[in-house]
Amino acid sequence: MRLLTHNMLASPVKGANNAFPLKLVCEKKEVMEADFDAEMVKHLLSRVEYDALRATVESIGEGPLPVWDDGLKENEDFLRQMHHILLEIHVIEGELECPASGRKFKISDGIPNMLINEEEV
Amino acid sequence: MRPEYQAPPELFYDETEASKYTQNSRIIEIQRKLTERAIELLNLPEGKSALVLDVGCGSGLSGDVLTEHGHVWVGCDISKAMLDVASEREVAGDLMLHDAGQGFSFRTGVFDGCIGISVIQWLCNADKKTNVPIRRLTRFFQTLYTAMKRGGRAVFQFYPDSSQQMELITSSAMRAGFSGGLVVDYPHSTKAKKYYLCLFAGMAQKLPTALGAEESCVRGSVDVGGRETIRKRSIKKKQKDKNWVLEKKQRLREQGRDVRPDSKYTARKRRPKF
Repeated sequence: MRLLTHNMLASPVKGANNAFPLKLVCEKKEVMEADFDAEMVKHLLSRVEYDALRATVESIGEGPLPVWDDGLKENEDFLRQMHHILLEIHVIEGELECPASGRKFKISDGIPNMLINEEEV
Repeated sequence: MRPEYQAPPELFYDETEASKYTQNSRIIEIQRKLTERAIELLNLPEGKSALVLDVGCGSGLSGDVLTEHGHVWVGCDISKAMLDVASEREVAGDLMLHDAGQGFSFRTGVFDGCIGISVIQWLCNADKKTNVPIRRLTRFFQTLYTAMKRGGRAVFQFYPDSSQQMELITSSAMRAGFSGGLVVDYPHSTKAKKYYLCLFAGMAQKLPTALGAEESCVRGSVDVGGRETIRKRSIKKKQKDKNWVLEKKQRLREQGRDVRPDSKYTARKRRPKF
């Protein structure tokens, strides 16, 4: 799972009120190279909650990311850094934790298990 | 028998079924074509990459097509076996084990588009006591609506098993706030006929035209009933055979008329050329 997807996920647990972001515990990560496309990264940035991303990136020992500033969108170095963070880092093993209910979702083989029991829907 | 009737999706798509989706060239070809058409119907801005959700991504065949079009995608599926195949193939998108009927938990307005190839008919199954199709469909469409950008499109190719099911799916989508409707490609062909549920989040747009349906679209006249001339039922006349002729001659003789004597030529059959 890439950090882009993590940044889009809120808690699926009933009563957690779409708590966001899910706490990410990363046990194993891998970097897989992808082609850089500045326009694509800019587009993705418009969908990302930057503050949450920044906190997550620091918690898994990457970064640090600069504080948000509108000028950053045109900064090539920053876009390359974002490309690396959003699209190249894959969390292979780890856990997602709902900040409201503490419910844990296991990530194995890069695939998070987001299935919940029928009572939790 | 339709796969939906055999087992729930997480059990039906096991290792053997999943391996078909990488080895069977016919299945791959069909999935590819369906995805190409779904992407065409999505109508994303030309030459720009978008963020697309692939519902029921399976082994990532549809995802590959999305990657070729330059889009970034996130896929979810309920079958672990299918996802394992996808991750072995190192598809470009992110994968997630997730039941679409439980609804999505994405933030608001993150996706530019959504596709689902041969998926949503599975939501109509009631495999467990707790599975109520209408509730699952409603949750699916409502949470999808939240996850989509306003003005985005969601295109689902599916195989409805009855008109009631089609109606159930479409009405659930409309209740969740989507506009749009069904696009039926090649409606006059049994084999090539394909259903695409084309949904718009937020803004109402013109429904795309279906392929191979030109004749029905161009036809401007309306059939008016009850104007045909009623054909008289043809009553088959009774064949006048030799007996009838002999009887008639006898009757006329009794009336004292001048009647030629009966012979072997009386009322004999003529050759067909006559």
